[in-house]
Amino acid sequence: MAITEDRPLALEAGTITKVAERPLGALTRPQSDVGWASWFTTVDHKKIGIMYGVGSLFFFLFGGVEALMIRIQLAAPNGQFLSESLYNQVFTMHGVTMVFLVIMPMAAAFANYLLPLQVGARDVAFPRLNAFSFWCWLAGAIFLNTSWFLGGAPDGGWFAYAPNTSVTFAPGNGMDFYAIGLQIVGIASLVSAINLIVTVLNMRAPGMSLLKMPVLTWMLLVTQFLLLFAVPVITIALFLLTFDRSFGANFFNVSEGGSPLLWQHLFWIFGHPEVYILILPAFGIISEVIPTFSRKPIFGYPFMVGSGIAIGFMGWGVWAHHMFASGLGEISVAAFSLSTMFIAVPTGVKILNWLATMWGGRLRFTTPMLFACGVIAMFTIGGLSGVTHAVAPSDTQQTDTYYIVAHFHYVIFGGSLLGMFSGFYFWWPKVFGHKLSEKWGKINFWLMLIGFNMTFGPMHVLGLQGMARRHHSYAKEDGFGFWNGIVSAGAFVIALGTLAFLINVWLSARNAKRNPVEVGPDPWDARSLEWSTASPTPVHNFDVEPIVEFQDDWWHRKWGKNDEGKVVRKAYPEDIAQDGSATDVHLPSPSYWPLVLSLSLPMIGYSIIFTFWLLIPAGALFLAGFLGWALEPADDPEAAHGHDDHGHDNDHDADATADAEVEGASNV
Amino acid sequence: MSEATMADSTMPDSKLPDSKLPDSKLPEATAAEAAEIVTAHNADQGGHGTTTGISNNKLMMWAFLGSECLLFGALISTYLLYKERFTGFAEGLAPFDEDGRNIGPRFGGENGEGVFDIPFTSVSSFILLGSSLTMVLALSAIRRGEYRSFRIWTLTTAALGSVFIAGQIYEFTEFVEKGLGFSTNIFGSAFFTLTGFHGVHVTIGIVMLLATYIMHKQGRLNSDKAETVEIVGLYWHFVDVVWILIFTIVYLFPQ
Repeated sequence: MAITEDRPLALEAGTITKVAERPLGALTRPQSDVGWASWFTTVDHKKIGIMYGVGSLFFFLFGGVEALMIRIQLAAPNGQFLSESLYNQVFTMHGVTMVFLVIMPMAAAFANYLLPLQVGARDVAFPRLNAFSFWCWLAGAIFLNTSWFLGGAPDGGWFAYAPNTSVTFAPGNGMDFYAIGLQIVGIASLVSAINLIVTVLNMRAPGMSLLKMPVLTWMLLVTQFLLLFAVPVITIALFLLTFDRSFGANFFNVSEGGSPLLWQHLFWIFGHPEVYILILPAFGIISEVIPTFSRKPIFGYPFMVGSGIAIGFMGWGVWAHHMFASGLGEISVAAFSLSTMFIAVPTGVKILNWLATMWGGRLRFTTPMLFACGVIAMFTIGGLSGVTHAVAPSDTQQTDTYYIVAHFHYVIFGGSLLGMFSGFYFWWPKVFGHKLSEKWGKINFWLMLIGFNMTFGPMHVLGLQGMARRHHSYAKEDGFGFWNGIVSAGAFVIALGTLAFLINVWLSARNAKRNPVEVGPDPWDARSLEWSTASPTPVHNFDVEPIVEFQDDWWHRKWGKNDEGKVVRKAYPEDIAQDGSATDVHLPSPSYWPLVLSLSLPMIGYSIIFTFWLLIPAGALFLAGFLGWALEPADDPEAAHGHDDHGHDNDHDADATADAEVEGASNV
Repeated sequence: MSEATMADSTMPDSKLPDSKLPDSKLPEATAAEAAEIVTAHNADQGGHGTTTGISNNKLMMWAFLGSECLLFGALISTYLLYKERFTGFAEGLAPFDEDGRNIGPRFGGENGEGVFDIPFTSVSSFILLGSSLTMVLALSAIRRGEYRSFRIWTLTTAALGSVFIAGQIYEFTEFVEKGLGFSTNIFGSAFFTLTGFHGVHVTIGIVMLLATYIMHKQGRLNSDKAETVEIVGLYWHFVDVVWILIFTIVYLFPQ
């Protein structure tokens, strides 16, 4: 084969830099990056990504159990499993958990692990802030769930419409936990969004222009921008709610002229971009999976990127379609109907592009590919029922019925969650060094897909028959019994599918331990940069910063066109990938303070709800965390790492830029 | 594009073009200071080695300020909505007199006078706006390595901010005494929330200014780290600009 190649294909391996002895002192940073204790102080984006993944899966089980409780209650007419009050708490916490404690952190897991790798960086821009984001999210998540034991969980629905959330109608502490818990989780999202935006914009490997970034990187970047602008809006809404409930303000006090509609507007101005925050990461994931297993580049890359950006923009102009039943006025309803129909266009572009990517490809139906196909099919159904909501008269009929419940589960479960599972199977070998079992993977996929359709398909029918959501029980005469029985049975099939996933994780790990098989850097013949380094990813990511020439640069190192224009192999991944052998690459030091600082936030929450005396220890902890953070050497002052030591600029966590030095500059 | 990026990120320091050096400063500088200016210049560029050429810290501040726009946007919308909805206006408690001048809601007060004291708030607004000028002077001083004037201007900026906050505390106390409290009605809730959030932002800015001052005193912040001052300045100017909006909307707008 005659391929002219003007660059060395193999990536250069290990350069060694020396790290000097560390000075002693109270504020010396912890050093160890092995052992269980290191997880509490780590600032490594990969470990943080794994912790996000584990945390979100844990809460997925939690939210799943809540879902099963709802389904047991509704399986037959006149259910007695849950009391009315407990039922309200369970469905509220199911929604809050699945949105804020499962899908968002699961996307954060992929973003944390993959973004730096996909742009060819050694870590995120602000590693300590990254650790803070995770601990802050976990603190908020645990804080929210402690409400179960401290006087009852939130019971106002996940969108918490005023004035149901006022002290009059929700006298317990549940809604306080909601308002403050989501506030803490929101801080985590905002900090992480800023961090990742700076990482993607500023830390790309040489040559990786914006339009050479993988589609996943693009979709995650759009997601972070949505978070950046959406989180402050709900921050204000939650502040207003807290002020009302704890400090006697009148924002949602109708008798004083307060406006419940203001809550709806603020919530959905956040809430609709939030929908895209949930789905775009999954879109990105399957945009990596489908080209890999179709052995074709993504069809219409600029359109994929452009439609993602378009969704991000238009997502801000459709929020009021959640409020058609609230009497907005004809012009508003017409305008939001139109914009809602328009947003289906870029979404449709994506679906057609995935199909076109598969068209004529040499398809391999591995588990990640199956999940990705599941996303396309299920999300299309959810997208179509979404378009029916754009038709205001129809939407008015459907509001608060199970039709809505069916719709958003088709997009969030059928789109986001299946997409995340596709990602789990796809990147598992990169993260843990062994593949998940294909056999169990297929069992997992088919159980989930069938269970999913059994659960949420019939809900369309129930909704059109008039069954209202959030009702504690229904009478036999309503005639909802049959389909509800199917729905509840389906929920347990989903639970079995989840169990299959857990069994798969356990069995595959055990297998890998007993007879280790080398998966190699690139087991799927994939396309983006993370596959050009060893599996599992070495702590320093890349021995040498990769130099990028093409979109899908890693694929172009392996494959090329010969004289007849036929695609032929140029090299094997094992021969050209970095082996991860570099030692002593200077990396940001671990730190205690992100954990300390984030622990103070739930304490401040408890002090607002229970007693202001708690503010004293909470404030002390906050100050300790803040000062410790500011005063510890942002980097090891003795470490020899060249010219650009922003290390002592303690207001801002600048570690990683300086550290990701361009060791491989010579081969430009 | 890609070549430029590559060249940019791999260029060693010594090769940075020094054509941008502030020539006018060279004559009065000693050799040591001149060396300092060179390093200052290099570091002050921030971000060499980053893809965009903007340093990570500065980009972070810009992103954060973008987010803050939505935060204050939501607060100002809430205030505008509740000012409209406040029915007390119709009962003669309007904040505007017959000529459309804003006199604040008339609570308490023996003669039913409004709570807003426009001249007083105007003065404190101008004090806050003036602090943007001193902030610029502080940045320019540290860039040139004139540390004495940097210290003076930083402390002046913090002092002006503190005077503004003191004025706000005084104003709030007055309002409460005249009968407009946080929980009195929706106008009170919206007013105190909006201006209070801004006050907290100014306070955080003062803390940041004092932190730069202390860091400088400890020798950790010199002209080679002038960008830190620039970033604090970005925040400070943003908070000032937001106050122009709030002052106009809350105190000056006729209905």
